[in-house]
Amino acid sequence: MNINYIILVPLIPLAVFLLLGIFSHKIKPTVSGLIGVGGLLSSTILSFYAAYQYFFVFGKVGGVFQTFVEKTTWMNFTDTLHIDMGILIDPISVMMLVVVSTISLMVHIYSNGYMKGDEGFTKFFAYLSLFSFSMFGLVLATNLFQIYIFWELVGVSSYLLIGYYYTKSSAIAASKKAFIVTRFADLGFLIGILIIGYYTGTYDFVDLNNPEGNAILSWAATSFMGMSVITWALILIFVGGAGKSAMFPLHIWLPDAMEGPTPVSALIHAATMVVAGCYLVARLFPMYYFVDDGFALHIVAYVGAFSSLFAAVIAITQTDIKRVLAFSTMSQIGYMMFALGVSGYDGHEGVGYMASMFHLFTHAMFKALLFLGAGSVIHAVHSNELKDMGGLRKYMPITNITFLIAALAIAGVPPFAGFWSKDEILVAAFHHDKLIYYVGLLVAGLTAFYMFRLYFGIFWSKDTKYHHTPHESPLSMSVPLMILAFLSITVGFIPFSEFVTADKMGFEAHLNYPLAAVAVGVGAVGIILSWIFYKKENDLAQKWANGFGMLYKWASNKFYFDEIYLFVTKKIIFNLIAAPIAKFDKKIVDGTMEGIGNKTVLLAQKIKGLQSGRVQDYALFFVGGVVVIVMVFIYLW
Amino acid sequence: MILGVSIYEILTLTSILFFIGVYGFITRTNLISMLISVELILNSSVVNFVVINKYLFPEVLQGVFFSVFIIAVAAAETALAIAIIINLYRLISSVEVKDTEVMKY
Repeated sequence: MNINYIILVPLIPLAVFLLLGIFSHKIKPTVSGLIGVGGLLSSTILSFYAAYQYFFVFGKVGGVFQTFVEKTTWMNFTDTLHIDMGILIDPISVMMLVVVSTISLMVHIYSNGYMKGDEGFTKFFAYLSLFSFSMFGLVLATNLFQIYIFWELVGVSSYLLIGYYYTKSSAIAASKKAFIVTRFADLGFLIGILIIGYYTGTYDFVDLNNPEGNAILSWAATSFMGMSVITWALILIFVGGAGKSAMFPLHIWLPDAMEGPTPVSALIHAATMVVAGCYLVARLFPMYYFVDDGFALHIVAYVGAFSSLFAAVIAITQTDIKRVLAFSTMSQIGYMMFALGVSGYDGHEGVGYMASMFHLFTHAMFKALLFLGAGSVIHAVHSNELKDMGGLRKYMPITNITFLIAALAIAGVPPFAGFWSKDEILVAAFHHDKLIYYVGLLVAGLTAFYMFRLYFGIFWSKDTKYHHTPHESPLSMSVPLMILAFLSITVGFIPFSEFVTADKMGFEAHLNYPLAAVAVGVGAVGIILSWIFYKKENDLAQKWANGFGMLYKWASNKFYFDEIYLFVTKKIIFNLIAAPIAKFDKKIVDGTMEGIGNKTVLLAQKIKGLQSGRVQDYALFFVGGVVVIVMVFIYLW
Repeated sequence: MILGVSIYEILTLTSILFFIGVYGFITRTNLISMLISVELILNSSVVNFVVINKYLFPEVLQGVFFSVFIIAVAAAETALAIAIIINLYRLISSVEVKDTEVMKY
């Protein structure tokens, strides 16, 4: 299969970025919107063509989907250890290409309406293109170092886009927070990469992931503090992934990242960049699975399960609609993470891996739809707060229907997309780890509850009086909503397990009816509860919230994690460690250097009187000198 | 050769003359006086040349000859110095040493 043309998928957005970025003041907004959409459209077409060719034209060889690599050496360290640049085509990268390009295209089209009249319209599209380029590069990376480079690039574009409203101080703080927290996590990633490079002698995914390869077979060769160094490296790499994917305890940046424009939240902080952590674990899945009997994978599973529950509890209490969605994203990514964590490798054992990627796929569709719908609502109401909304179904029918579809999809109601992937995840968890299964089930119920709390709060509930009558968004915004709604309904029917599996062989997945029924039942309970609480305006919800007392207060304050981080960084690290070190630097290190300089100047001032300019003084010194020399010659020679 | 006067006495005399010249060069505040002091230094050395020639190597004349040469050079030098001093006087209306300090810049 000729894969050379796929290199165009990331390069077209890069060209668009350069074009729009360099000529940002010369290009008219309408034109730049068209260029952005056109560039992404061509990338999308190429991605779909690649997927079609990969899965259907080329298909399996000997029952296995092949991996294609096209690369060129970029930096040489030793004969075996080198950094390559190139593209790697296998089921998950093709799947991600489709996800990223679809969502990105929808967001580009949507942004044409949402950002209309904004001063930095062209700049916004340039940033979006930069992000698309980096995300495609990340997906197609052939080795750990390449993925790391693009990993940082998506971090930068996320930073730029969160801080897009750079006159708002909260946006600036949020962008800095996102960058610093993810950057801090990426430090772990980098250390992990270096350990892998040192002990296995390769960065290449194909070599690393080969189950009969050297990297996996000799994992036990060196140990550090009771664990194989490779396990340590995998855990550190997961730290990087957890930072990007907002897993507990590195999740604090994601809710604040909602300061960015809503299309950005949909693209970066819901559908594509935040799932990069899952993608990374999936990319290295054979290593996670085989090294140390999957010790690192257990950590992934428990972190994912905990984050999932943690975020779902917080999401119930939030009143900013975008923050609810942010915590919901975190919760769903936790789902994907623990699905990976409970997965096996061969055949039907690998259902967790398949389910995780499937959920990534479906989640991207309906979560992008939720965010874009929320953006449409915000566009109409000019507020993020739930209390400013209500009764909007009369004014915004398209947004209402599409949002409802997305909410049903995420709540796991059949036959919407979320049901299929969530069911597979729960099946995988049930067979592997009962504790995680029950957590997952609980989260499924909570998800349905908070999603419908949001839905009823926005579109039903009280009849709010609006200053300006809200109206349906323009076509450029509602068309992406409808397309995504269509996708949210249909993508669940894709026989995903035949295409994307851990061993690349594919298997036939069957619906596990009892487990599916339980999951749907739990989801239905959540929906019914929120129907009772929020469909009509009543004080029942408030009463229950009061009933929970402290727990409610804690959850609505996000369990005070921001405060804890602030305390640790400001009070302990800055005041107790950084400040004394800064003082040491200023007083002692700088002091020594400045002291030497000052003393030299002082000495110079003292002796500069010698250069009086009077000939006689010079003569006197000359005579004196001669006398001394003569004395020396006479008496000491 | 002067009867009854040894070379030591004459060399002592010229040394005293030399240091008087050096002292004068260093302490005078007037450029003309400094020039005169320089002349003293030169004269002491001229006398030295002649005396050493006469007392130690009476059969040759190089020392005497050299002293004539020094006197000629000293005359030229004095003429030059006077020219400089006159120019300086035109510039700053003074021949005091301390007023010439501006030249250090």
